Amino acid sequence: MSIDNTQEDSQQDILLDMRNIRIEGFSDEQWHPIIKGVDLTLKRGQIMGLIGESGAGKSTLGLAAMGFARPGCRFTEGEVNFNGTDLLKLKEVERRKYWGTKIAYVAQSAAAAFNPAQRLIDQTIESANRMQLRPEAQSREDAVDLYKSLHLPDPGTIGERYPHQVSGGQLQRVMTAMAMSARPDLIIFDEPTTALDVTTQVEVLASMREIVEQHNTAAIYITHDLAVVAQMADVIKVLRYGEEVEQAQTRTMLTEPKEAYTRSLWSVRSLEKPEEAGDDIVLSMQDIHAAYGAVPVLQGININLPRGKTVAVVGESGSGKSTAARVITGLLPQSQGEVKFNGEVLPSQLKDRTPEQLRQIQMIYQMADTAMNPRQTVEKIIGRPLELYHNLSGAKKAARIDELLNMIELDESFLDRLPGELSGGQKQRICIARALAANPDVIICDEVTSALDQIVQEGILKLLLRLQQEFGISYLFITHDIATVKAISDEIVVMYQGKVVEQGLKSEILSPPHPEYTELLLSSVPDMDPDWLTNLLDSRVSSD
Amino acid sequence: MSDPTQTPSGYAAAAEVGAVRKRRTWKERWWLALKKAPISAWFGMIVMLGYVIVALFAPLLAPHGEAEIFPTPYAVWDDTHILGTDQIGRDVMSRMVYGARNTMGIALVTTLLSFFIGGGLGLIAAINRSWLDQLLSRTTDVIMAIPSLIFALMLLSIFKPSVISLIFIIAVLDSTRVFRLTRSVAINVVVMDYVEAARLRGEKMSWIMRHEILPNIMPPMVAEFGLRFSFVFLTIAALSFLGVGIQPPTADWGSMVRENASLIQFAQYDLKAGITPLLPAAAIGLLTVAVNFVVDWFLHMTSGLRDEH
Repeated sequence: MSIDNTQEDSQQDILLDMRNIRIEGFSDEQWHPIIKGVDLTLKRGQIMGLIGESGAGKSTLGLAAMGFARPGCRFTEGEVNFNGTDLLKLKEVERRKYWGTKIAYVAQSAAAAFNPAQRLIDQTIESANRMQLRPEAQSREDAVDLYKSLHLPDPGTIGERYPHQVSGGQLQRVMTAMAMSARPDLIIFDEPTTALDVTTQVEVLASMREIVEQHNTAAIYITHDLAVVAQMADVIKVLRYGEEVEQAQTRTMLTEPKEAYTRSLWSVRSLEKPEEAGDDIVLSMQDIHAAYGAVPVLQGININLPRGKTVAVVGESGSGKSTAARVITGLLPQSQGEVKFNGEVLPSQLKDRTPEQLRQIQMIYQMADTAMNPRQTVEKIIGRPLELYHNLSGAKKAARIDELLNMIELDESFLDRLPGELSGGQKQRICIARALAANPDVIICDEVTSALDQIVQEGILKLLLRLQQEFGISYLFITHDIATVKAISDEIVVMYQGKVVEQGLKSEILSPPHPEYTELLLSSVPDMDPDWLTNLLDSRVSSD
Repeated sequence: MSDPTQTPSGYAAAAEVGAVRKRRTWKERWWLALKKAPISAWFGMIVMLGYVIVALFAPLLAPHGEAEIFPTPYAVWDDTHILGTDQIGRDVMSRMVYGARNTMGIALVTTLLSFFIGGGLGLIAAINRSWLDQLLSRTTDVIMAIPSLIFALMLLSIFKPSVISLIFIIAVLDSTRVFRLTRSVAINVVVMDYVEAARLRGEKMSWIMRHEILPNIMPPMVAEFGLRFSFVFLTIAALSFLGVGIQPPTADWGSMVRENASLIQFAQYDLKAGITPLLPAAAIGLLTVAVNFVVDWFLHMTSGLRDEH
């Protein structure tokens, strides 16, 4: 086959050659460097993983590979040679001919990237149509083929649906089909699985890898999860503060990273708290049923939280984890069952609870951004619970705020800052301080680390553990991340479709034998081993 | 407390880089915004400032009294009467100056009142979302379904036309628009986690309204205030023109247009005389344009629209 031969020959060709890229962003009346002279070379068919914490410039560099800078950003130096053409020297009209056809982009949030008013298939073939690569009917057939090879259910008809009629994981795969439709030479995946839960992530990763390999497409895979990138990439480049930390073959990078910073990227995975059993139950949910309107969400769940311990509630999205938290806080009154706190039954309605009851159970949210009023200073955010619950004011209040800031490893210089002026980890720390200000017995943590980078996650988890030791606070820790569970929990509750699959000590739940769902959940958590995905898929196929 | 050896390579929470931003006092921020303001906004602000000065210092600036009657009606423009006199011999220039004070003052009070009523109820409806929201929203719909000028005319003929009733009637009618806006922007804020956190903390409704929601809906509210002020201003002028608004001898631009309207016919003989009734109309128009320029600029500034560089 002659086609194969030519592909074989061009295998070593350099597809993308970015030299000394410098990009600046405009904010606060001046230009700040975002990318400070990074080189990137990609061969045809090669997959490169770009990793780093948020603000490292991963996405900016990924977009730069298309010769594109976001509004408010500009290239100051460098060249982007794609197939020998410097994209930066082209006019925007010329450059646009590459986008969507030769270079495609798969965005993080598929739900936000699709037009809700158009059928999926029309959006899938749009760029192929626009460039008139082939007749429309042919494109449609091709799209169906792509759906099929991405293992989408009902490939023949799924394209007729609208974006809201398919799940997040399916949408992400349709977006991959959309990117593949024009058979580009390069696809840029910008955190495509970050918004998905682990069981879905595996399926999406597998089908993405398969289709990219099938068509010998080069790819840049941007993520902050090293375990994910280990499954996808041939080469990994680590970025920090807009500069390259190191680049190496995937296996080399995982086994012997040169830089300490690279090692710290997966440090959260090494954190593990020794478990302790507890008999003194501080909070218990007994046979709780709850529903949103007519839709039942919780179907008779029992959860016990021992004093001074951490119970992790795990499960995929829609399993009812967060709903359980809403029942405990009184935001969603249960239809049946009771919540007991220190042996007393809590009123199911928020408005019937006493200030004392409200003080004892505090909550920390997943998105620290939306959990703090953007117009209030740190001082006011932390100070308010002190006024409300402890009647503190003036110097006493100020002293207590300082004390709380020290507890969360920040200092007084943060007092007059607004949430918008803090980093993601600092915001979450302020939320923790706000919860601590109430002197609670129980803190409900709803996915508190899932929006953060690994290194920041580790800091937050350590902080939570230390506070537990010092003050004996009990945590109900809702998460879908098994590494976090290992790091922090004493007991684990596994939830699936509004029911508790099992509850027990960490060691019992994490060691086999598992109920079927727990097995699926645990096996879906990516390992640092680059062969993990291949092995997992093999074992799942053979057991089917 | 924290053991630094546990954290990898000098990691410290306080050293994490937040958004690149320098902390500025509000004075610096305003100065910066003013420096970048477009010409139209500057024009609007200067015009508004001029109006405010005239309104504040009316007795000092006006050459004659507000209701002082001179022997010659319809006097021509000369040194004693810079803009002539009206149909019963009052100095037009003086009445223009006093008119600024009356018309703008009443419009300002009316707008403030309508924001107090509409804004307050809108916030309550947005937080409450129960039958109260339904009741308020449907009542608003009914009031809005009736053309407001005709409704105002009707109400003014029921209650005796006076400054107080004028202010109340227009404020209530206008508060429906404010209610709708406040409710719709506040609903987007009410669903945020920090409002939920405040409710979980056991905060009272008034605290949530004032501290959690209001600061976050200020930009659209301030912009709306500017626009509403213009509309109220026009409504008062229109009602005065129709004879049910501000009652003589109080000077008011709307009624000044009506009283001297017949002079327009003489424009072909004496251009200046023909222009006289149009001057208060021009004063109304200029202020409306100026306010809108400033509002446009403010909206653009706060909507976070970033000019592409």
